[in-house]
Amino acid sequence: MSLLEIKNLTYIYGIDTPFEKKALDDVTLSIEQGEFIGVIGHTGSGKSTLMQMLNGLLKPTSGSVYLNGIDINADKKNIRDIRFKVGLVFQYPEHQLFDETVRKDIAFGPRNMGLDETEIGKRVESAAQFSGLRPDLLEKSPFELSGGEKRRAAIAGVISMEPDVVIFDEPTAGLDPKGRNLLLNQIYNYHKEKNKTVILVSHSMEDIAMYAQKVLVMNNGRAELFSDTKSVFSQVEKLESIGLRVPQVTAIMNELRKKGYDVPYGVLTLDQAHDVLKKLITK
Amino acid sequence: MLSDITIGQFFPGKSIIHRLDPRVKLSLLLAFIIFIFATFNYFSLLLMVFSVFAIVLMTKIPVKLYFKSLKSIIVIVIFTSIINLFYGKGEPIWQWGIIKLTVGGINNAVFVLLRIVSLILVSTVLTYTTSPTQLTDAMENLMSPLKVFKFPVHEVAMMMTIALRFIPTLLDETEKIINAQKARGASMDTGSIIQRIKAFLPVLVPLLVSSFRRAYELATAMECRCYHGGEGRTRMKSFHLSKLDYISLSICAILFAGVILSNIFLPAPIK
Repeated sequence: MSLLEIKNLTYIYGIDTPFEKKALDDVTLSIEQGEFIGVIGHTGSGKSTLMQMLNGLLKPTSGSVYLNGIDINADKKNIRDIRFKVGLVFQYPEHQLFDETVRKDIAFGPRNMGLDETEIGKRVESAAQFSGLRPDLLEKSPFELSGGEKRRAAIAGVISMEPDVVIFDEPTAGLDPKGRNLLLNQIYNYHKEKNKTVILVSHSMEDIAMYAQKVLVMNNGRAELFSDTKSVFSQVEKLESIGLRVPQVTAIMNELRKKGYDVPYGVLTLDQAHDVLKKLITK
Repeated sequence: MLSDITIGQFFPGKSIIHRLDPRVKLSLLLAFIIFIFATFNYFSLLLMVFSVFAIVLMTKIPVKLYFKSLKSIIVIVIFTSIINLFYGKGEPIWQWGIIKLTVGGINNAVFVLLRIVSLILVSTVLTYTTSPTQLTDAMENLMSPLKVFKFPVHEVAMMMTIALRFIPTLLDETEKIINAQKARGASMDTGSIIQRIKAFLPVLVPLLVSSFRRAYELATAMECRCYHGGEGRTRMKSFHLSKLDYISLSICAILFAGVILSNIFLPAPIK
């Protein structure tokens, strides 16, 4: 049994109005425990809609989502428990901060779960540490923090619920390069250390190639490709036909191969390229 | 939930009503409101009600959407009309204690119901078929004589444009924030009233913060484009009355004349 199973999921926005739009079209896929999944697709391809269906924020027009074999929309009373198990970090999560102190804001989720105070305290500390938030910031008002710190605080607010699946919807949008790398590393560590399932939505092919084990390509509401990272990024023509591309390193390697150099398929990261080129030169 | 709100929503289209000059539409709406309440017998009332329904059909917007806009207010309308049922003068045709039903009461109830429903429908036609920009431009244009009295017409119109422009944006934002807090286990639709009000705090605070942020950004953007109020501003799209506008003005004038004549020459029902 898979952790998350999505079956024939369809979602239509604004039914019966002139603005009717099919956002998801018969999507079927399954996600296993402990996977790191990258999701790519251009704006309006249905990525965000799909993500909001995974924790029951949107009800499917047809089809269903199963978490551990249970249909998440079957019983309305269970929906909060589902949301504690499937954490969703929205785009620009810092816009959700509201409480007097960062500590209280991070504790919002755990408190809703009905945990006791000592457990809440523990979770806040560890979540703050995980997202790289300095301890002295916890007592400040969230509105005094810098942009990057706000983002961390908001992410800690979701991590503190310790969900089995965490979905990050473009978590690095608007961050500087240093902040991006830091955040992505922390997300990766969360996945690695606790064996949690992570779903990362991103516009950066490089980030996806670096961290994801499997990649889901969305196009016009359909799951166009869903496979391991190497094989997705080897389908250059297909990706380009839907307005996406492969990571720059991969593109360079492909060009080299066309020129007759002996480089393998599926070079995805700078480190891999480094090794390949080193071998090529010493040969 | 929030996406159900259709008040003030605009549905683009190419119907006759869509193509009318917004100034004409706005003036005719005012005239319709006056004449809907200036109907003193069934003939003139039905004349107005039928014209309103005809206009609704002419917009070519699904009638379902009009029902949606009525849905939110229909309970109040029916309640008012039931109250009116028992406030007629004259001989009771049915009596139970102090509650008595009279012909006058029934007349009252029918009049209240039809008047309010057609009032809502005709106003909805304006907002459904006119974009907010057109609407405020028309208002600015129609109110411009007030400039003589130092009334800041342009500024008021600009404020209305901005307010209307930001309704969908803020609704969007509200929905996003509600979803983000729901994802952290906030429950908005359970518990006592006080609990529910408290549950909205995590939504209201971020919403307020983001409204201020947007206001600052907008002010800066306007200043960067050297906005300095209405003095000497010209328009990209100026209004021109077309044949269509003159025709519809004439038809409505005939309609209003019919209402006045039937008010004078036909008997009023018992009140």
